[in-house]
Amino acid sequence: MKLLLGLVFVGIVGSIYTAFIYAPTEAVMGPIQRIFYFHMGTVWVATLSFTIVFISSIQYLRTESRFWDILALSSAEIGVLFITLTVVTGSIWAKPVWGTWWTWEPQLTTTFILWILYIVYLVVRSSAGSDTKKARYAAVFGIIAFLDLPIVYASARLMRGISPVVFGGKGGGIAPEMMVALLVNLVGFTLLFILLLRERMGIEKMRDEISRIKLEEVA
Amino acid sequence: MKRVWAIVWKDIMTELRTKELFSSMFTLALLIIVIFNFAFDFSSELIPVAAPAILWVAFTFAGVLGLSRSFALEKEGNSILGLLLSPMDRSLIFLGKMISNAVFVFVVELIMIPLFVLFFNYDLGNGFFPLLFVIFLGTFGFVSVGTLFSAMALSTKLREVLLPILMLPVIIPVIVSSIKLTAAVLSGNPISQAGAALQVVVSFDIIFFVVCAVVFEYVLDE
Repeated sequence: MKLLLGLVFVGIVGSIYTAFIYAPTEAVMGPIQRIFYFHMGTVWVATLSFTIVFISSIQYLRTESRFWDILALSSAEIGVLFITLTVVTGSIWAKPVWGTWWTWEPQLTTTFILWILYIVYLVVRSSAGSDTKKARYAAVFGIIAFLDLPIVYASARLMRGISPVVFGGKGGGIAPEMMVALLVNLVGFTLLFILLLRERMGIEKMRDEISRIKLEEVA
Repeated sequence: MKRVWAIVWKDIMTELRTKELFSSMFTLALLIIVIFNFAFDFSSELIPVAAPAILWVAFTFAGVLGLSRSFALEKEGNSILGLLLSPMDRSLIFLGKMISNAVFVFVVELIMIPLFVLFFNYDLGNGFFPLLFVIFLGTFGFVSVGTLFSAMALSTKLREVLLPILMLPVIIPVIVSSIKLTAAVLSGNPISQAGAALQVVVSFDIIFFVVCAVVFEYVLDE
């Protein structure tokens, strides 16, 4: 645990350092481009967490084991947090660079729907009532939400046509220092995700433990 | 398969007696179209652009209403117990409910089309049968998802309120693509023009019909 905390500390400090100091300033966009490193970090973590929700949901329906349910719940909560951060950092980046806070581009539209879908996932959990129902309904919704995403992307492309690639300058000639900054950020954020996930799962397990103790008291 | 038709027939018979689903869906769809009529100042250029969207908004919201009511009726009469006791695969129950829901929604949509033509002074041209086909595809998609989610929503604290929240984000691709297809069909172009939209709708229909049927048993309760 301490090792993990230490690694996360190093990872995040490293991310901030590489993003702000180590990486060179981008020629076209200027300093605002630096937010891109954090943005990629949060996007990656959000994607990872929602994939975990999908897999845990399937596993929960197959095994009915509480572990998968806890994993799905924790991952979804953290995922919603990180996708919110993604949207916010993206908007902050977009305003000076594109001139607008938001645009209904395929990637952005899909991200927006993703955000809504996982907030609804949390709504399902809170409104379901009994614990087994909660877990099952949420698992069903988790599966459907994840499967919906590629189709949402395809349909968003329909409405707006093929739009210019979001991160246009990246294709050719990304400076090696920028690559390093990006990788350090990805690793740092992933470590942060693992830490948050462990903590959140720990809280759920403690809640289960408390309920179990209460039941034993009564019995 | 006979059992599936038994479920469908039961729903249709119930509906024919009370007509409650049909009347509420129809009224809502009509009102939506009327409201949109006041919302925009319809010039002749605007109508072909706005019409498919208005049509599908009306269908979607009326459909959501009908879907939530349909399962609520089951719950009130406690007939869910009867359904669960019958010796059939849960996916067949899904199929039966889905078909009956689709029939109700489809009937409402069919009646809306001539009214729509009337209110917006629209000329369908040769587009009537392709339009029916497009509406069928789109409805099939959102009714599959809706049947699953309505079964889910009714056993929660929020009950019917949860259904639109669950359904609408998930069916966005179908609605968007159906609007695109409807626009293509109504402007007289052959369907193949909106090929990408057609692909999206068909793949959505197939994928979600199968997934919802498989997952349905986890959602049926009590």
